[in-house]
Amino acid sequence: MGSKTISTKARETQIMVNQQSRQQSIVCDTHSVSGVVSQRACVYCGARVVLNPITDAAHIVHGPIGCASYTWDIRGSLSSDSERYRMSFSTDLREKDIIFGGEKKLTMAIDEIVNNEHPKVIFIYATCVVGVIGDDVKAVAKHAEQKYGIRVIPVNSSGFSGSKKDGYKAACHAILELMGPEKAKVKIPHSLNFLGDFNLAGEAWIVKNYLETIGLTLNTVITGDASCASLKKAKESVLNVVQCAGSMTFLAKHMEQSYDIPFEHIRFLGIKDTIRSLRKIVFTIGNQEHIERFEKLIKEKESEYTPKIEAYKQRLVGKKVAIYVGGGFKAISLIEQFNELGIETVLVGTQTGSQDEYNQFKQLTSEGTVILDDANPTELEYFMKQTKADILVGGVKERPLAYKMGVAFLDHNHERKHPLCGFEGAYNFAKEVDLTVNSPVWSIVKQGGIYHE
Amino acid sequence: MSDSSTRERNYVNMQVNPCKMCMPMGGSLALKGIRGAMTIIHGSQGCSTYIRRHMAAHFNEPVDIASSSLSEEGTVYGGAKNLKIGIANLVEMYKPEVVGVLTTCLAETIGDDIERIIREVRKIGDFSDVDLIPIPTPGYAGSQAEGYFSTIRAITKYYSEKNMPRKEGSHQKVNVVVSNATCEDIRELKRVFNIMDIDATLVPDISDVLDAPYMEEYQKLSSEGTPKEAFEQMRYAKATVELGDLVDDRYSTAAYLEDNYGVKSYRLPLPIGINNTDKMMRVLAEIKQEELPEAINKERGRLIDGMIDAHKHSALGVIAVFGDMDLVYGINALLMENGMKIHLVATGTAQKKFKEQLQSLADCYDQSLTIFQDTDFETIHEAIHDSEVNLMIGHSDGKFIWEKEGIDFIRVGFPVHDHVGAQRKLIMGYRGSLFFLDEIVNHLLDQKHINYRKRMYDAYYLQKEVAE
Repeated sequence: MGSKTISTKARETQIMVNQQSRQQSIVCDTHSVSGVVSQRACVYCGARVVLNPITDAAHIVHGPIGCASYTWDIRGSLSSDSERYRMSFSTDLREKDIIFGGEKKLTMAIDEIVNNEHPKVIFIYATCVVGVIGDDVKAVAKHAEQKYGIRVIPVNSSGFSGSKKDGYKAACHAILELMGPEKAKVKIPHSLNFLGDFNLAGEAWIVKNYLETIGLTLNTVITGDASCASLKKAKESVLNVVQCAGSMTFLAKHMEQSYDIPFEHIRFLGIKDTIRSLRKIVFTIGNQEHIERFEKLIKEKESEYTPKIEAYKQRLVGKKVAIYVGGGFKAISLIEQFNELGIETVLVGTQTGSQDEYNQFKQLTSEGTVILDDANPTELEYFMKQTKADILVGGVKERPLAYKMGVAFLDHNHERKHPLCGFEGAYNFAKEVDLTVNSPVWSIVKQGGIYHE
Repeated sequence: MSDSSTRERNYVNMQVNPCKMCMPMGGSLALKGIRGAMTIIHGSQGCSTYIRRHMAAHFNEPVDIASSSLSEEGTVYGGAKNLKIGIANLVEMYKPEVVGVLTTCLAETIGDDIERIIREVRKIGDFSDVDLIPIPTPGYAGSQAEGYFSTIRAITKYYSEKNMPRKEGSHQKVNVVVSNATCEDIRELKRVFNIMDIDATLVPDISDVLDAPYMEEYQKLSSEGTPKEAFEQMRYAKATVELGDLVDDRYSTAAYLEDNYGVKSYRLPLPIGINNTDKMMRVLAEIKQEELPEAINKERGRLIDGMIDAHKHSALGVIAVFGDMDLVYGINALLMENGMKIHLVATGTAQKKFKEQLQSLADCYDQSLTIFQDTDFETIHEAIHDSEVNLMIGHSDGKFIWEKEGIDFIRVGFPVHDHVGAQRKLIMGYRGSLFFLDEIVNHLLDQKHINYRKRMYDAYYLQKEVAE
């Protein structure tokens, strides 16, 4: 597979070239190989991504300054109410705190936040050093809960204690802690929770509008535009739908056990998936009237958006895409969305995909597609070149690599400022692919970096 | 006289919306300016990834930084194994000439001895053509500023202690340690040195690494930056000019070279504004023992000409400046010498010279202003809210205040992640100061012009009472 020339031996099992005729598997869900420049982040990052959109919570990052500094208001999650979640509270541990412990400082920090902000819930993220110096965050939190009568919830997110996925789990635990053990006394008819959407550029609102038009109640989004109150109310729903499977399947399973809420996997990325997902929801919790409204809605939306997207398709057919994103669910829906535009996926990889998701990559892509787990810039560069990708999908770190290679780029990360879900999002998606792939800059790039007569 | 507050932050036990970053960030940035250098951050995977993301967003360049990916096991039993494997993998994949090994909060707290680990890794593999440099940067011990300066000092120390023989011409060279310089600022400094016929060793030199031209073949390890051979000869130089003088001497490369090798040290403020640029030029002229060349004097004259042209408009400015302390100090000097009123100067770094030196500068101009060090954006925001500030100058993290208050905002410094081109903004030297002044004044002029007709109409035709 040629990987020897581009990577270390330790990485070989995490690289696979799709051979349809063969049974293949890839090694995933392991700790990153050190020194190879993994694109992954840490446990804290996973927890922060999931919990940060909870709008009225005070998010205290307990640790030295870096962890809070690099994650302050960098994501596009929107709020319809409180803006507190956009603040970055850090205990800013210094040398003497490392030596003598940070519990006292944390206790006083909580006092200050409560006095100034009066939040109903405080999340305390434990960072690397907190896990080592042995601060009893649980005890501090418990004491503060008793003192102030609010929820103070520790998030077990020391960076080294696993991968980003473990951070998702830590966040789910914190959410369950907030929801409490008791079951709901009454259920809201025809209602659902939307798990694994973070309301980037208003995406949760777009889905909410669809559901309301159909006549269904979107009770709680976890965690886009969520609040302490909305999360506590989540158990009153009759159905959970899970979009970001990597982060939220764990929570969905627990909610099924604890609150008897069944769950379904859905995806609102791309027109096909959007329709499929709405249909699944309507047929699970809706009645005949809802079904009729659903049919009407998608008819209207399809007639509005399909021709517009079709126009872009003409300009995109035959291009090749490389996908490198965080989780498997997103990669799968991207493969399908590109397919809808006539674009073939020649490389697909994720930071934290699961075995099952990698199997789906193999089924959804064709012979020769390169599949990577926990890839690094060296591999991305090598395989993008080898597969002659026209466009890369990824996050901030991957973007300059694409540009340096003269390859177009689609931002599919938490920092983007435009929605990519639903019908509107599918249109934005096609539009963005077109504006980058068909930019006049590439014709200049083709002339080369050096001026020739 | 200043009425500077003694309370640095509204929150005593916290930073709320931080106005600083951590030491490994400064270290990573400095290492980017060393030719053939790669960085490995000894800590959990997140440290390197966050720093890469931050730098990539600012420079729009790929930023490859390795991590020793410390796990639970490494944290409990020591991270030596992870770091050794990491160094070996990094060297295999990137074939660097230099590897800077930065520590983190985690590595320091578990007590890993990176010097020992580096000695051991040399025994298990062939690293004969790679310099492995240990650089302690515990994230809790300072900000990016201390991390940046101490990294340059550690690299200089490493190569000085190699005791390489003096090469011809080395004693004629001038070491120039730069901080807070954009890629374009560095190119400008080189141009000035060139005109003055000064053989400068610029450390570090990120100019062609982090503002690299598009090339047909992408090179993941840049061939640009200060070469290690230049570091080896720094101890023989005629003098060291260190641009940025607010960190303590123990972080200073100029102080190190003077204390250990008798190289004359000049620690200067960043050459922003005419007075600070004069300070640099005077030192260069002194080292060179020559008058300033005609071309440089012309540039200086052009700056004065521009300052005169703008002076009545400059006086309209009521400014808040925040960010890295040396940069903030330099910008503040430019603003004050142009007659602008300074409302607030703030940095997240805790170095006492910052406040002292700003205070004495403010006294020169009889300005009364608030100076915050070791502060956060929550405090800065409150100080700007409901004030007369009509322009903010600082890095992108001020966007929160910009969004809430709608005050004009010039982005400069690091990080700038919501605008393009920050890596090639020119603000240093006579030319840079003039460009920067023009930009500032144009913002103030736009404010004056944009609603002039309506303001006058409302005030005198309608005789409406209008808020300022």
